[in-house]
Amino acid sequence: MLAKRIIPCLDVRGGRVVKGVAFKNLRDAGDPVERAKAYMDGGADELCFLDVTASIEDRPLLIELVRKLSKVLFIPFTVGGGVKCVDDAKELLRAGADKIGINTAAVQRPALIEELAGQFGNQCVVLSIDALGQGRDAKVTTHGGREVTDRNVCDWASEAVALGVGEILLNSVDSDGARSGFAMELVESVIDVVPVPVIASGGAGSAADFVELFTQTRAHAGLAASIFHDGSTTPNYVKKLLQNEGVEVRL
Amino acid sequence: MIGVVDYGAGNLQSLGNALDHLGLAWTLIDSGDAFERCDRVILPGVGHFRSAMETLMRSGQSERVTLFAQSGKPLLGICLGAQLLLESSEEAPGLAGIGLIPGCVKRLTCETVPHMGWNRVRSGQPSAMIGDLGGAHFYFAHSYVCEPTISEQRLAVTDCGTLDVCVVVGCDNVVGVQFHPEKSGDAGLGLLERFARC
Repeated sequence: MLAKRIIPCLDVRGGRVVKGVAFKNLRDAGDPVERAKAYMDGGADELCFLDVTASIEDRPLLIELVRKLSKVLFIPFTVGGGVKCVDDAKELLRAGADKIGINTAAVQRPALIEELAGQFGNQCVVLSIDALGQGRDAKVTTHGGREVTDRNVCDWASEAVALGVGEILLNSVDSDGARSGFAMELVESVIDVVPVPVIASGGAGSAADFVELFTQTRAHAGLAASIFHDGSTTPNYVKKLLQNEGVEVRL
Repeated sequence: MIGVVDYGAGNLQSLGNALDHLGLAWTLIDSGDAFERCDRVILPGVGHFRSAMETLMRSGQSERVTLFAQSGKPLLGICLGAQLLLESSEEAPGLAGIGLIPGCVKRLTCETVPHMGWNRVRSGQPSAMIGDLGGAHFYFAHSYVCEPTISEQRLAVTDCGTLDVCVVVGCDNVVGVQFHPEKSGDAGLGLLERFARC
């Protein structure tokens, strides 16, 4: 049986880690390579790096960061932010990323998914969805949650999987940074309509929120940033708690 | 010296980084001479069976991999590199694989495809080349799986939802692993180290 994955997420800008509440008020939270290595040693199953500004000027810094990360990380990691074409993805994969996260660019031009999956395989393509609202009525947002579209989250998830997405990173904009638990209804709604793994993101405020996520939904993985950044818990602590509840984890 | 077959596909960076981390000497190989300088070879791979196999045939590397295996030296296939060792794949109907291991590659039929994440690997047959995997978790990311014809060549399996699938294939000096040892933390690094010293 596949183990449930615990994925710390690092938002990066200009080669440094930042984390804001509800996508605003970014503050510096340290060196990504040191952070990443500490997470791997602390039991992270996978890591996710999102370039939150994704500006052209910062691109060389991001590529350099990915190269450094791949030298010390012997677990998979996804890099997202600003990927608009096959060449953007190729650059990140060559630098050592295992998977590419796409979001706004795929909403604007869904053919991007086909191009990436065709070139690198669907296991490489992670669609990140910033969802506003709960359950089946949730809407897709773009530009880091700032713009609300009239696209339905479940419809978009199904369409994207048909085009070749291998995994969905489902982030609840309402829950993000609020530390009030994962958006369980939303997670279940998306799992109902897609055959690929779904990573729940947004809202983890304690290790217990992961227990709730994995005992009450079929989520394949849980992603969080702040509770790992501020040291209030570690991936291994979360996984021990899960194991006690009979959830399959890698320890 | 470990040779890593470079046929322009996949992420060789991660594998190279893992070998560097272990302090193992390795080199990228693309020509016949380079194969002869290596005492063991890794066939990596991410991507599509057809494009990988066509490139291997066009470059003559497919034949060189076969000759290398026939010399009795250790050959390790990783992920798509493991699948390429078999005779054919449902991903590329009508195209022959390298064919060192009798059998074919089939589309996964479990509930969630791709089979992505960490899964526990249970050894069936012992392999001197990669050692006892001892129920450790390894990292997988694939939609197809090896189905060797000879049951003794099913070296290890993993529980993929409702069914067991074969994730390590091989015999004697030729072994293919469906997971990514270079991405499987300490368990994966340990496997690469055993391969380097077998």
